[in-house]
Amino acid sequence: MPDLQHELRSYIVENYLFGQDNGFQDGDSFWELGLMDSTGVLELISYLEEKYAISLESSEIIPENLDSIEKLTHFVSRKIAESTASPVAPGVHFPGANQ
Amino acid sequence: MSRVATSPANAIRIEPARETERIATRIAKIVFEEFKRKGAVIGVSGGIDSSVVAFLCARALGKDRVHVLFTPEADSSPDSLRLGRMVADSLGAPHTLEDISGILRAAGCYQRRDDAIRLVVPEYGEGYKSKIVLPSMTEAREYAIFSIVVQSPNGQIKKVRLTAKAYLGILAATNFKQRTRKMLEYHYADLLQYAVAGTPNRLEYDLGFFVKNGDGAADFKPIAHLYKSQVYQLAEYLGVPEEIRRRPPTTDTYSLEQSQEEFYFSLPLGKMDFCLYGKNNGFPAADITEAAGLTEEQVERAYKMIESTRKATRYLRSNPILISTTGEVG
Repeated sequence: MPDLQHELRSYIVENYLFGQDNGFQDGDSFWELGLMDSTGVLELISYLEEKYAISLESSEIIPENLDSIEKLTHFVSRKIAESTASPVAPGVHFPGANQ
Repeated sequence: MSRVATSPANAIRIEPARETERIATRIAKIVFEEFKRKGAVIGVSGGIDSSVVAFLCARALGKDRVHVLFTPEADSSPDSLRLGRMVADSLGAPHTLEDISGILRAAGCYQRRDDAIRLVVPEYGEGYKSKIVLPSMTEAREYAIFSIVVQSPNGQIKKVRLTAKAYLGILAATNFKQRTRKMLEYHYADLLQYAVAGTPNRLEYDLGFFVKNGDGAADFKPIAHLYKSQVYQLAEYLGVPEEIRRRPPTTDTYSLEQSQEEFYFSLPLGKMDFCLYGKNNGFPAADITEAAGLTEEQVERAYKMIESTRKATRYLRSNPILISTTGEVG
């Protein structure tokens, strides 16, 4: 989980804050900071689906799951756990998935 | 602006005669005195906004100093040209038809768009139609993210959530349409020594519903301060043909008919109009619910959406930024 959280934070800081976190906290709301628009959300979804070999349902694309590093970490780790409970794509790497 | 009353439901209404006079006076001053141009070019789509701008320019400059341009392309509704002609005929203004399909084909607009659609709908091809849609804000709790609706040649309809790559590919390709139209408007402006009139209303301007250097480019924007309902008020006052006033606002950009609501605003325009007005004028959400026909929670969501959209679209409204000022030329 800490590895996953760190990895997600790196992605968000690199892609949406252009590498400068300026005190950005893991509990901060992306929405309230104006970090991403609808295209940014689409980018995030594509990243999560490709990187962690998970599939997001429309009903899951909500602020409760995606609006901060902490929320993302909980959501992604749950999705990974769900996908490991069912057959997994071979060779997929997801740090911290089993912690 | 000349307003009629102060309660939230009525305050959005304007006095059309006074507002027309005020805008027309300003247009004449901008075009003749500030820009030293001889008239105005207006791309008329058969929609309410461009029609009102054409009527205002004709009133301000004289119908013979207005040049109406029609720029249909392969995906345009035939209604757009028919209604556009109705505007020019009503005004008795000079007009030109430029079908931009050939330019778009040469630029790869349709090919690039279809390639991008195939990233998420691999079977998409000849005979298919498509449009991009957003979920309605009144129904959805999730983020407003884009899906594509495709119709196969045998009429089957399918909706697929877009990936960022597909969405950006489709957007970048279809934006050729608005930019090509603007290129032609400036061609005629050069030819006639005219200025180009922009046609965004306040919702479009404020929330960034335009293509930068496409329909967002212009020398002046005479209705960018007016809410959509105010544009309708002016249209009625100016005598814009009723069929145009009754036509549902459309983007006329995609091969399947697409409302502005499903493409951009997530709310019917009348409701979004009230939400934007309420937010701009400091009304608490509860004061807007009755006029907008929304719950307090929905108005709050609209307020938040307006705020985040403004931030996200700042780049679109920004003029080129200089590193140092050049005071000599303003």
